[in-house]
Amino acid sequence: MNEPMNVRSNEIVEVCLLAGKIMLENGGETYRVEDTMIRIASAYGAENPQSFVMPTGIMFAIEGSEASTRLVRISQRSTNLNKVTEVNDISRRIAGGQLPPVEACRLLKGVASGAPVYPLRIQLVLAALASGCFLILYDGTWADMPAAMLCGGTGFWVLGRMARLSSIRLFGELIAALVVGLLSYLVVHLGVGQQHSTIMIASVMPLVPGLLITNAVRDLMAGHLVSGISKGAEAFLTAFAIGGGIGIALTLNG
Amino acid sequence: MIADYFSQAIASFVGTACFGVIFQIPKRSLVQCGLAGMVGWLVYYGLIQADADPIAATWASAVLIGLIAHYLAIRFKVPVTVFSVSGIIPLVPGGMAYDAMLRVVQNDYMSAVELGAKAFMLSGAIAVGLVFSEVVNQLVKKVRMGIARAGG
Repeated sequence: MNEPMNVRSNEIVEVCLLAGKIMLENGGETYRVEDTMIRIASAYGAENPQSFVMPTGIMFAIEGSEASTRLVRISQRSTNLNKVTEVNDISRRIAGGQLPPVEACRLLKGVASGAPVYPLRIQLVLAALASGCFLILYDGTWADMPAAMLCGGTGFWVLGRMARLSSIRLFGELIAALVVGLLSYLVVHLGVGQQHSTIMIASVMPLVPGLLITNAVRDLMAGHLVSGISKGAEAFLTAFAIGGGIGIALTLNG
Repeated sequence: MIADYFSQAIASFVGTACFGVIFQIPKRSLVQCGLAGMVGWLVYYGLIQADADPIAATWASAVLIGLIAHYLAIRFKVPVTVFSVSGIIPLVPGGMAYDAMLRVVQNDYMSAVELGAKAFMLSGAIAVGLVFSEVVNQLVKKVRMGIARAGG
């Protein structure tokens, strides 16, 4: 215990913020991020750790002789639940007292820079397959499956491309839904598929904001009203963007 | 009849597992995630076949998916969202929302509002179902802790 407390408390804050940032950026629920940070800080013996997490930023403070408060801004959010799981495992090891702060920091940095578990190509193929499966769930015929897979895959691809072109997510979702809508009319026109409505509904499914809906509910449950409501609003906006895209496609086809 | 259930089971299993890939869940959780989605969908499908109210069927299925997700999360030590997030996707009322949009485009706002409200209620049922499973989970935890304390 001879080492200066200043260094220690800085290290603790560093580890906590890194863990929180990775979780929040990759689709962790707000309550889980706060919980994990407090747990890590308590495991390292910090005095009265406080964390305040919003979808767009994290504030973290510890009290004591060398009090420290820091803020991180979260600007990019995507979905990679594998990273959330990995940080969860690391925080569990820290709570078990097996990881010194320096080592934990190194592991967390490794998680942050890690490649996605499934490359984009595989995601694209499986998004197409998901559309095909949803067609069956929505009482479509097996004959329409290739058409739904084509439309769904294209929609997912367009969403990815648009995300790179413009930082406004809603716009990308609207365009992707529009492309899906128009393409489903096209495949029916070409005779590849029969029911354009079922194909359209199934192909739009990979765009649905499932993670936002579940996280919003969980956050509201845990009493994180600000995060829960803002995530719910985001889910609503996404749903409206998808509906708008489909609506435009329907209008264009009279 | 049996063939119907069989194809629904396969489609829901593969569909939810694919969604797991889109959400980048860990590889070791993919099969369990698919199973959670499959069980949830089969219950919904069975209830709909038995002429149950769609809102009640959606709610029951969401509760079941939430409970399975909680069980799997504790068992395999992964965040609960890994399982619940793709499991609820098949329940999302895409068809109803589509019909509502179609009526809007046709300037038939009366039916559009009616269908939209129905779609909204169905998504609400998913949310309430997830909340309910969370409450059940908390109650079970409390009871277990109470028993442990009484025993210790």
